Amino acid sequence: MPSIIKCLSYTLPSNVYTNEDYYSNFPDVKSVNMEKIGVKQRHVITQGQTASDLAQLAAEKLFLEHSIDRNMIDFLIVSILEHDYYTPSTACVLHGKLGLQKKCGALDFDLGCSAYVYGLGLADGVMKSMGAKNVLLLTTSVLTKTFHPKDRNSHFVFGDAGTATLLTLSEKENLGPFVFGTDGSGFEKIIIRDGGTRNPLDKNSENELKDEFGNITSNANFAMDGIGVFNFSLKTVPTMIEELLTKASLTQNDIDLFVFHQPNKFLNETLRKKMNIPEPKFVHCLENTGNTVAGTIPIALYESIANGRLKPGMTVVLAGFGVGLSWAATIARF
Amino acid sequence: MEDISTFINKIEIEIDGLEVGTLKPSTNYRELPEWSSMHALVLIALSETEYSVPLSGDDLRKCGTIQELYNLISSRS
Repeated sequence: MPSIIKCLSYTLPSNVYTNEDYYSNFPDVKSVNMEKIGVKQRHVITQGQTASDLAQLAAEKLFLEHSIDRNMIDFLIVSILEHDYYTPSTACVLHGKLGLQKKCGALDFDLGCSAYVYGLGLADGVMKSMGAKNVLLLTTSVLTKTFHPKDRNSHFVFGDAGTATLLTLSEKENLGPFVFGTDGSGFEKIIIRDGGTRNPLDKNSENELKDEFGNITSNANFAMDGIGVFNFSLKTVPTMIEELLTKASLTQNDIDLFVFHQPNKFLNETLRKKMNIPEPKFVHCLENTGNTVAGTIPIALYESIANGRLKPGMTVVLAGFGVGLSWAATIARF
Repeated sequence: MEDISTFINKIEIEIDGLEVGTLKPSTNYRELPEWSSMHALVLIALSETEYSVPLSGDDLRKCGTIQELYNLISSRS
């Protein structure tokens, strides 16, 4: 049976990290160099809070905001990088905390910026292959916990968030087709090198590493090759969208709105110009949240619905791209 | 591709806070006091959107001056 995005909600940590806070922590950074990134504030997880806490709050908000009966959820999918425990899966932990029914399936998957579209694809898949009728897709990211204190780039760009999306059966196809892609040879472009099983933490893990522009991180912290990721996006995203539209037998003119992952405003503006997408059809939404990794697309959808830009009947392209390197795109009809 | 003065003018417009007239063909852009990773991205984006020429991080490291960067982009456009 076909599926549809029924409703969304999201939650942000209460702790706001403004640009004033940032410049006070990084006095050597000139604000004029950061304006193109398009972030004015971001929300940062508080001490003791975990990614699953944000996911739980987002789900509870969804139930409340849209009067959803949690007993109708028959599958839970959680996109998460920062698990509560080595095992069990966070989806099982959240299943218990949310009080979902016992015949509800639950699984985690761990991608980053492409995760939301992958999650929609997984949700659509379990509805079609397993007969699930109501799938709850949660994304959560607390990437800010992984930043080196001196990493002036990441502290500016990223924020934390949890999102919740309910997918239900519909009479006609409102989601898809999908395109997915991976370039595993680029896995080091966005990485935390130490702390997993390949490179356990050791006495050298926290040694400061400085890149050619003077930004500092360590092997125990988040690291991103900004130029490499920028070029990956410029090369991959236009081709992905072309493939998607061809697969859907649509042209760019048939699309009412383009909602991309929000890595930073400058990259997305460059993509928009390169792809000749008119400004009114392109959503920028990270000024108040920063790049929230898997959360950017559902947050942009929620805000676009709230401000009237995304209306019922619209056809929307969703596209995620980033860590992996991984990418995915789909078409959603609202 | 247009002449180098137009190329320089476009760079000066795109890099916020850079005064018009700051850049010369002989300027080593990586030695500008304002030089940052953001400026590298601005040059890559400009080359991609204005001339449809991809630039890598290595390209930017190999070019010393604005003239060399202009020559590289011209040779690929």
